[in-house]
Amino acid sequence: MAVVETTRVAMTLYDHLPVLQVLVPLVSAPLIVLIGSRRLTWSIAFTASAVSFVIAILLLMQVIDGSIISYQIGGWAPPLGIEYRVDAANAFVLLLVSGISTLVLPYARESIKSEIPARHHTLFYAAFMLCLTGLLGVTITGDAFNVFVFLEISSLSTYVLIAMGSYRDKRALTAAYDYLIMGTIGATFFVIGLGMLYMATGTLNMADLADRIADQGANRTVRAAFAFIVVGMGLKIAIYPLHLWLPRAYTFAPSAVTVFLAATATKVAIYVLLRFTFSVFQPKFMFEVNTLEFIILPFAILAMFAASFIAIFQTDFKRMLAYSSIAQIGYMLLGISLLTETGLTATVVYLFNHGITKATLFMGVGILVLRSGGSFYNRIQGMGKTMPWTSAAIVIGGLSLIGVPGTAGFISKWTLVEATIEKGWWPVSILIVLSSLLAVIYVWRVFEVLYLKAPLAGTNYKEAPLTMLIPMWILALSCIYFGLATDVTLTAARAAAQGLLAGSAGMF
Amino acid sequence: MRHHLILRVITKILVGAIMLFAFYVQFHGDFSPGGGFQAGVIMAVAFILYGIVFSLDSVKRVFPPWLVHKLVALGVLLYAATGVLSMFLGYSFLDYDAFVPSHPSSGQHYGILAVELGVGITVTAVMVAIYYAFAGRPPRLSDEEW
Amino acid sequence: MGFELTQEYILGHMNYWLFSVLMMTGLYIVVAKGNLVKKIVGLNIFQTSVFMLYISTGKITGGTAPIFPLDMEVDPNVIYSNPLPHVLILTAIVVGISTTALGLALIVRIQEEFNTIEEDEILEIERAIVLAENAIHGDSMGGRA
Repeated sequence: MAVVETTRVAMTLYDHLPVLQVLVPLVSAPLIVLIGSRRLTWSIAFTASAVSFVIAILLLMQVIDGSIISYQIGGWAPPLGIEYRVDAANAFVLLLVSGISTLVLPYARESIKSEIPARHHTLFYAAFMLCLTGLLGVTITGDAFNVFVFLEISSLSTYVLIAMGSYRDKRALTAAYDYLIMGTIGATFFVIGLGMLYMATGTLNMADLADRIADQGANRTVRAAFAFIVVGMGLKIAIYPLHLWLPRAYTFAPSAVTVFLAATATKVAIYVLLRFTFSVFQPKFMFEVNTLEFIILPFAILAMFAASFIAIFQTDFKRMLAYSSIAQIGYMLLGISLLTETGLTATVVYLFNHGITKATLFMGVGILVLRSGGSFYNRIQGMGKTMPWTSAAIVIGGLSLIGVPGTAGFISKWTLVEATIEKGWWPVSILIVLSSLLAVIYVWRVFEVLYLKAPLAGTNYKEAPLTMLIPMWILALSCIYFGLATDVTLTAARAAAQGLLAGSAGMF
Repeated sequence: MRHHLILRVITKILVGAIMLFAFYVQFHGDFSPGGGFQAGVIMAVAFILYGIVFSLDSVKRVFPPWLVHKLVALGVLLYAATGVLSMFLGYSFLDYDAFVPSHPSSGQHYGILAVELGVGITVTAVMVAIYYAFAGRPPRLSDEEW
Repeated sequence: MGFELTQEYILGHMNYWLFSVLMMTGLYIVVAKGNLVKKIVGLNIFQTSVFMLYISTGKITGGTAPIFPLDMEVDPNVIYSNPLPHVLILTAIVVGISTTALGLALIVRIQEEFNTIEEDEILEIERAIVLAENAIHGDSMGGRA
C-alpha cells in the first residue's frame, strides 16, 4: 500500500505509533458527534481509549531501556518542525492517562445515567475524548508551543465536563467558571514565558531550547521566562496558594469526570513542570536551584500540612478527597525540590501511584453517590454492610493513601523518605511521616462512617452494577499489586528520572 | 424587524457579497493574509447578519441546527483525513509531499488547501452554532417590553 | 543597575511598556471587578497584551514582508521580518475566542440558575446553600466544619 521510491523507505504502522497515540482519540471525538446514536457513541469512545492504551504500552516497552523515539510531524525535521518525542518519563505518564481513561469509560456509562440528562451523553463522550486527546498531546509533544495548544484543548474540555455536573448541583457552573478564569490565566502566563524563551533563543523545540539556554547562560529574559512558566504551570498543578479552583471543581463535577481529572490532569501538569525544570532549564542554574529550594519546598510542606488539616474537618467525602489531593501534590513537589535522581524517581513513582489510588477512591465515592444521591458522611453511614465490595475497595484505596506497607502508596512514600534522607534533609523526612499521620485521621473517619455506624433508617442500598465494580476493583487490585511487585513502576521511574536529569544530553 | 426597510434591503444585498469575500479569503490563504479561520468567521458573519435582521427561525430554515453540528465534526475529520491519507501513502502524518511525490511544492499546495478547507468549514459551523446557542435561549423580556 | 533612563530606553522598549500596562490592566479587571462578564473582558485584555508582545517582537528593524519575490531570487542582503510569531498568535487568538465563548456560555447558564451575574450575590446564594447543607449534615462532625 505504500509508495516506495528509490531513495526512501515507507513508514510502517509501528513507526507511526507516537502520532497515532494522539490521533486516535482526536478523530473519535468528531466521529462521536457525527454518528450521534447513543448506543454507538460509548463503544467508539471505549474503543479509541483502549487502542490508545495499547499504543501507550507499546511505546513504554520501546523506551523503558532509556532510548528515545522521535517522530516528525509533516516530515519537517526539528528544530524547524514539530516533533513528538517519547522517552521513559513521557511514556509512563501516557500509560497512566490512557489506562485511567480506559477504566473510567465503563464506569462512566452507568454513572452519568443518573447525573446527566440522556440527551447530553453524546456530547459528554465527545468532550471526554477531547480531554483525553489534550492530555495525551501535552505529554507526548516535544515542541513547547504545542504543549500550550494541547493544554488548552484539554482545559477547555475540562471546563465543559465539570459544568455538566450542574444537573446535580448548580454550584458546578460557578466552579467551572472559576476554573476557567484561573486556568486561562495560568495558560497565558505559560505563553508569556514561552514568548520570552523564543525571544531569547529563537526556537520552540524543547531539545533545541535546552541546548541554546545551556550555551547562553542565565540572562534576565531566561530567568523571567522561568518564573512565568513555573507560576503558569503552578496554577494547573494546584500548588498550595494557587489551588483554589480544585476543591470545588472536584466536588461538583460528575463522579466519572472527577475520577478522570483527579488521576490525570494535575499529573500531566506536573510532568510539564518536570520537563521544563530539568530538561529545558537545567538544574545547574542557580536561579533554578534557589527557586526550587526556597519557594517550592516551603509551599510543598505547607500544602502537605495545611491541606491535610482542612481535609480532616470536611463533612463531604468528595471534598475531603479533593483536599487530600492537594496535600499529595505537595509530596510530589517535595520530590522535585530535592533535585536528586532519587527525588525525581520518588516524584514520578508518586505520580503514578497517587493516580491509581485517587482513581479507586473517587470511583468508590461515585458509586456511593449513585446509590445514596449524595456524598456527605451523614448520608453514606453504614454502607459497609450493605455494599461490601465498594467499601472494601474504598478501604484499600484509603490504606494506599496513608501509605500502609503492601500498597502502592507505601512505595511512593518510602522512595520519598529515602530521597530526603539521602539528601541529608532528615527534618523533612520527619515532616513527611507526620503529615502521613494526618492522613490516617481523615481516612479513619471514612472507615468509621462506613463500618462502625448503623445504616440510615429506611435505606437499603444494593451493591453497585458490575460495570462500575469491575474497573474500581481493577484499580484497587493494582494498588496492591504495584505495592508488592514494584519492578515496572520503579524501573520506569528511574529511567524517567535519569532521562530528565541528563538535561539536554538526555534528549538526544 | 418588519419596519426596518433599509436594513432588510441592504442585508439582502450584502449577504451575497460577504459570502463571496469569505471564499476569496479562504482560497487566497497561501498567497495573501487569510486562510481557514478568517474565512470561516466571515462566512459565519453572513449567516449571523441574516439571522439578526430577519428572524432566528428564518436563518434556521436556511442552515438547520442539525447540519451545523454535523459540519463542525466534518471539518475536523477532513483535516485529520488529509493527515491520515499521507500516512497511508507511506509518509509522516500531515506530510503533504505525499500527494504529488514528484513535485513536492504542488503537493504542499493541495495539502494546505484541503486542511484549510476543513478549518473553514468547522469555524463557520462553530460560529453559527455559538450564535444559535446564545440567541436561542428563551428571553427574559418579551419583545414588546423592550 | 546597569541601564540609564535614556529616551531610547523608554521609546525603544515602548512595546514592552505597553504590554506590561495592558497585562496589568487585564489582570486587575479580572481580580477587582465583580461582574462575571467584566471578568471575561479583563481576561481578553490580558490575552491581547500577550498577542501584542509576540507580534511586536517579530518585527525586525528595516525588515520587509517575508514573501518570496516573483522570480524566486532571494537577495541575501534583504532583511525579512519574522512570520513565526504571527502563526503562533493566530493559534492563541483562536484559543482565546474559544475560552471567551465558553465563559460567556457558562455566564448565561449561571444567570439562568442563580438569577444574577454579580460575584458577591452569587457568593451569598452559595453561602446560603452551604449553611442549609451544614444544618442537615453538620452533626457528623459535631458541629459546623
